[in-house]
Amino acid sequence: MPEHGHPRGPEVPARTDMAAPVLGSSETLRIVPKSRLVFRENVIADRVFRGVILLCALAVLAMVGLIFFELVSQSRLSISKFGFKFLVKQIWDPVAEDFGALPFIYGTVVSSLVSLVIAVPLSVGTALFLTEICPLRIRAVLSLLVELLAAIPSVIYGLWGIFVLAPFVRVHVEPFLARYFGWTGLFEGPKYGWGMLAAGMIIAIMILPIIASITREVITAVPRVQREAALALGATKWEMLRIAVLRNARPGIFGAVILGLGRALGETMAVTMVIGNRPEIARSLFAPGYTLASAVANEFTEAVGNLYLSALMEMALILFVITLIVNALAGLLVWSIARGKPSRALA
Amino acid sequence: MLKNLPKTSLRRRLSNWTALGFITLAALIVTVPLFLILGTVVVRGLGTFNWAFLTQIPKPIGEEGGGMGNAILGSVLLLGFASLIGVPLGIGAGIFLAEYGRNRFGNIVRFTADVLNGVPSVVIGMTTWALVVVPQGHFSLISGSVALGIMMIPVISRTTEEVLLLVPQSIREAALGLGIPKWRTILSVVLRSASAGIVTSVMLAFARIAGESAPLMFTAFGNEFWSSSPNQPVAALPLQIYKYAIQPYEQAHAQAWTAALVLISMIVLTVVFVRFIVGRGVIKGAR
Repeated sequence: MPEHGHPRGPEVPARTDMAAPVLGSSETLRIVPKSRLVFRENVIADRVFRGVILLCALAVLAMVGLIFFELVSQSRLSISKFGFKFLVKQIWDPVAEDFGALPFIYGTVVSSLVSLVIAVPLSVGTALFLTEICPLRIRAVLSLLVELLAAIPSVIYGLWGIFVLAPFVRVHVEPFLARYFGWTGLFEGPKYGWGMLAAGMIIAIMILPIIASITREVITAVPRVQREAALALGATKWEMLRIAVLRNARPGIFGAVILGLGRALGETMAVTMVIGNRPEIARSLFAPGYTLASAVANEFTEAVGNLYLSALMEMALILFVITLIVNALAGLLVWSIARGKPSRALA
Repeated sequence: MLKNLPKTSLRRRLSNWTALGFITLAALIVTVPLFLILGTVVVRGLGTFNWAFLTQIPKPIGEEGGGMGNAILGSVLLLGFASLIGVPLGIGAGIFLAEYGRNRFGNIVRFTADVLNGVPSVVIGMTTWALVVVPQGHFSLISGSVALGIMMIPVISRTTEEVLLLVPQSIREAALGLGIPKWRTILSVVLRSASAGIVTSVMLAFARIAGESAPLMFTAFGNEFWSSSPNQPVAALPLQIYKYAIQPYEQAHAQAWTAALVLISMIVLTVVFVRFIVGRGVIKGAR
């Protein structure tokens, strides 16, 4: 029975014979026709090629493993010194070598949430406009413009943030918010321009193209018949979009938003330049803050002492783990809707 | 018969027009920051742009003139060395995913590549610091290239995979049917017919890493002088922009804007140049 299932029977045509050990002994060598020897060479070449390609794939696995391992081993000192308390302590005192990451975690989460509040409606709107409303002629230009936003380097966003956005926020946005929404407690205190709010706005611009492009993919994947069915029942265009398109695409859009969140959490340079870099927890969005990524970028080269370095490494580890979870979640959600099409996080 | 249909109620028509209006407005708002940023960079950047900016090294703070020639050279070198690492590994992993990775192990690699793509660049920079800078004992061009190269891999591999999957299965079968071994089929038939797409993927990766500064802060570090040695710290445009932007001098700010203009132009020119080459079929087999 096992011989039966074996693909290399004597009657099988020559090509499937490639992997057979034709050079097993000198006797077989004599009876093997020359073309078979060519096959033999090809089998070896195929294996070598496959091995090299496999190594490239393994390198990807190794890199992620190495990043995780290195972060853990470098932050061991801080983990053993502070333990779980590191996550809930508010103190950040390099002189006394006492560190807690709570203000940074808070700053990271809040600035990302602010950016989502701004970016999600705008990018979903843009995606709907591009796929459902936009005349064909404008579509190419507009989608190019949106993708160009993604090509602008982070540090240039930061430069623009310092010299253009922050003054604008100070003069126009903050007085407006303080006047009409001051009662929420989120918009009060001195108006610097830079701070949590400005950081959220900058991140929002940076994650817009990612959310918009993935939402577009997901919306395009909604079957045409769904739209036609809604219209045939007498729905207006907006009702059709709401009932047929948005409802079907909801998990995918959610995935796109989460993917944007992943980007927002790790945004470094632009945030460092506008957030104010102060490890404090304040209710008002006008107040300066600090994020995990910006703290690491800002303090790492100046950090003296092993414990200080190790604490910064642990913050990088926290950031790594958070983005890992967020991205995995997003990947699952996007896959679930646009199955077959690999989800692509746009550069 | 259709004539007898009742008219859509005013409320529904109103909500329809309001919603569509908001959607259009959203698309318009999104384009505003792009024009604002590009406009500001061009207007402020052109002010101090001159030949010296491209060819000289920075003057000490407070002195007029000087340029960022060393940073431009540094950025080019960093990108070059990074692609030595990122391009072969990225394309290799992409080939694996498309040609050998239609299975469980392939899914693991695919997922890991997505994870690597999502790792914040600053974290990659810190890891590279621990892996390369610490054993080497000093900051260097090579460590910066390693950090950037790692960032290129997931972008290139995932895009390469997508492009390779677009190559029709019948072409592979035709080649295999002629007795061409699989490795030759992949290299000379599949890769060649997908070369335009692969070039695009490399270009995408370039655009992504060209503006990176966070990972370079602890690896390439920056340098005020000319340097092209792989073992020495090297200047890079994004680093220089950051350094000048946070200084309190008007002079430095003007230089930062000009550097931003040069950096954006370099990115756009690369993209256009590659599109041009691919479009003209100068690269063999490219469409």
